[in-house]
Amino acid sequence: MSEPNHARRFTLLWLLATVIALPIVIWVIGPLIGPGNGSDQASGQGTDATVLAVIATPVILLVMLYLLYSVIFFRQPSGGALEGPAVRGDSKVQTTWIVITSVLVLIVAVYGTVRLESANGAGSGSGATPLSVPSGPKLPVQVIAQQWYFTYRFPTYGGVETPHLVLPVNTQIELNVTSLDVIHSFWAYQLGVKADANPQVNNVAFVKPTKVMRFEVRCSELCGIWHGSMFDYGHVVSVPAFKQWIARAQVTYAAAKAALPPYSKTYAPEPTRRGG
Amino acid sequence: MSTTTESAPTPQPTRRPLWRRLLGFNLLTAVLLGVAGYYVGWYIGRQIGFEGSFHYQKKSDENDVALLLAYFGGVVGFLIGLGFANYPISRLLGRPPSLREKEGEGVGRYFGLCTDHKVVGMQYLVGIGVFFFVGGVNAMLIRTELLHDTPTVVGPGQYLSIVGIHGTMMMGMMTSGILGPFGNYFVPIMIGARRMAFPRIEALTFWLLMAAGFILASTIFFGGFPTGWTGYQPLNDQAVLGMDSYIMFFALVGTSMALLGLNMIATIMTMRAPGMTWSRLPIFVWSVYATSVLMVLAAPMLVATLLMSALDRTIDTSFFITGGGGSSYLYQNLFWFFGHPEVYVLALPGFGVVLELLPVFARKPLWGYRLAVAGMLGVTLMSFFVWQHHLFVSGINADLRPFYMLSTEIISIPTGFIFLCFMGTLWKSRITLSVPMLFCLAWAFNFLIGGTSGVVLSDVPTDTQLHGSFFVMAHFHYTIMGGLIFSFFAAIYYWVPKMTGLRFNERLAKWHFWIMFIAFNSTFMPLFALGIKGMPRRVTTYAENLVGLNTWVSISAFVLGFSMLIFIVNAVYSMIFARIPAESNPWRSKSIEWQLPTPVPVHNFDQIPVFDSDPYDYGTPQPIATGRPASAGA
Repeated sequence: MSEPNHARRFTLLWLLATVIALPIVIWVIGPLIGPGNGSDQASGQGTDATVLAVIATPVILLVMLYLLYSVIFFRQPSGGALEGPAVRGDSKVQTTWIVITSVLVLIVAVYGTVRLESANGAGSGSGATPLSVPSGPKLPVQVIAQQWYFTYRFPTYGGVETPHLVLPVNTQIELNVTSLDVIHSFWAYQLGVKADANPQVNNVAFVKPTKVMRFEVRCSELCGIWHGSMFDYGHVVSVPAFKQWIARAQVTYAAAKAALPPYSKTYAPEPTRRGG
Repeated sequence: MSTTTESAPTPQPTRRPLWRRLLGFNLLTAVLLGVAGYYVGWYIGRQIGFEGSFHYQKKSDENDVALLLAYFGGVVGFLIGLGFANYPISRLLGRPPSLREKEGEGVGRYFGLCTDHKVVGMQYLVGIGVFFFVGGVNAMLIRTELLHDTPTVVGPGQYLSIVGIHGTMMMGMMTSGILGPFGNYFVPIMIGARRMAFPRIEALTFWLLMAAGFILASTIFFGGFPTGWTGYQPLNDQAVLGMDSYIMFFALVGTSMALLGLNMIATIMTMRAPGMTWSRLPIFVWSVYATSVLMVLAAPMLVATLLMSALDRTIDTSFFITGGGGSSYLYQNLFWFFGHPEVYVLALPGFGVVLELLPVFARKPLWGYRLAVAGMLGVTLMSFFVWQHHLFVSGINADLRPFYMLSTEIISIPTGFIFLCFMGTLWKSRITLSVPMLFCLAWAFNFLIGGTSGVVLSDVPTDTQLHGSFFVMAHFHYTIMGGLIFSFFAAIYYWVPKMTGLRFNERLAKWHFWIMFIAFNSTFMPLFALGIKGMPRRVTTYAENLVGLNTWVSISAFVLGFSMLIFIVNAVYSMIFARIPAESNPWRSKSIEWQLPTPVPVHNFDQIPVFDSDPYDYGTPQPIATGRPASAGA
């Protein structure tokens, strides 16, 4: 029996596996790996994750199948002492590999940059002065993190502060995230938003919710013992329902508001102390 | 390196009675002086930081000055007790220089300052193994707690301490996981040297690490620490006394790392035997070299950062306290400038071990040697340009994110070189599936998953969803446990028969491998899903619908823990009870360490060897054209 043409056989195997795997990745796994389509940003992240998975699939299959192929076909017969060919490299293969991986990396980086900036930060905390800002009117909402809960202030509604988050649908929201003590991270899962809350820092994230829904709010930066309990549900509601809710909130929290400092991008808390 | 004379080994002293041997500079003295130093430091600290002298104390009776000085005093006492001060003092008194200390004195040399690099290697292997076990037990506790979606087994504060100890112990102690035992033991042999460049510093790095390990473990007496291994400020400043254990631990580890790296660089650069050119250097030595560069450049940053943290905690400076004009961003920046190179400190030695072992079990020369070296050096260089990808959603330098996205993705190019060399070496090879080889193949499988999941995290839009979630946890466990720990075990099964002259039980070793490999993937693969589903890291309370997956992960983790017990049983059985001598070269390796007698003589070589090739001289010169061998086997 003569040695089969391993290169051709393996390439065919790999191509076949890739052709089978890609549709599965795009249509079965892809929809599962994003945060859903609750906002422009969330759906965008889902698309990006799928694109990356599509790029990664052939690479993963190449290496995995190669390992399997080698272990099956390039074996030392039991008790044997055969040597492989004394080949120490192949400049053509090496050059091809370097070129292809470099091109892939550039594609991924350019794609990521374009998607990041065109989606106005893609839901991520983008600092006090984000590079790309959505045009048109925005509803500013301040997220104030402290041990161990989030509160929300609406500067355009008299600076009222609420313990829960309600947002109007199809409205561009500007989240201003800050902290009163240690570092927290505001994570609204279904909205595709994550922004660290640093003391005396204003961290801006943009989001445009696209459907009426309930979303989860969590803290995603370790902030002390009740970090895991910094959980709440927020709601995306219709614009009229939001107006109604905020009007009611202004009445309900009027007394509390009177005790608050005036609205500001950041607050200067007392330095954190033990037992605090 | 030849200014000092190497006198002939002194004859063995006659055996003295036990009580007489207990006096002197040894581990017992070290522990006693360590305890004494601890109380001296504590006393001085109480005088400096008396009750209420700093305003953080107004709410507590804690004295960070006292605890930090106590730790410092304890370490100094411990090192003096081991005899680290003797040589500098004797030199100051005008005694002649000498190189060796306690070399060739029987079992006792393993329990004290010894300048034989092989003894230090063995010390590292056992010492690090113990702390790896402690870290592992903490992982089991974490998974036990996460069986339930609310705090049940341990409280939330205790849980965070356990998470912190697990993470810090693993990240701190395992940085030297391969460089410590196998780097110290085999690098001098592989380059044809009789010792390391700085043998006393070599011993010092080990004992510093041991002191550090005990200090970290002692955090449980001071309330633990809530920050995880990153020690983020200002949470760090808010934390109770146990935080000081973290600070002291990592400062000692950082010092040990920097010294270890410096020693390795000096050794590799200056002590190579004739003919051991840079292009003949074993690839493992190259990986040690690259890792050492990272250690020397990154670890001092950690020590400086911790010093600033300690000052914030003790004398009320405010480097990181926004209320006092500092910045919490500064800590994140400084920490990750160390922290990201640190993860490559963990990964690179694994590359080296795997590529070193592969030719032996594939019976082929290492394919693409120069490319592999370029890959390692490329990773080393690039790892200093990616740290802010840990801060993608923090708001710091948001405009620079495309740069860090690009640099992070670029680092996958040199990593890809390693994979190409791995695959090229396997091409048309003659693979023997011995236990070390199985671990090498598993390394490739795991690291591939770890690496590609890293690309998803390097992309800002997808990282927005996954940052700080279990996805990140799964990613770095695939690279560190799947990469470092699997190659660590490959190295153990491959080299320990040389180090001890005894063989492992093959059957138990295979059980260990298969259970570990399957349980590892069964533990960490679902964590990707948990992260995608929105489970943040370091929580005791999580969403109800994730209980099922978490239970699966916990059970898998217990099986993973069980596989470690198989290893321990195997090690104890094979090395202490069975004691079956290993063959002199069981893997038919062409590397020089396998050509030496077992045990390796104290000074390795009677005559310094002259190298005329790299150690990968395997394979038949002409490509196989005649086809596969007859079924009878050769």
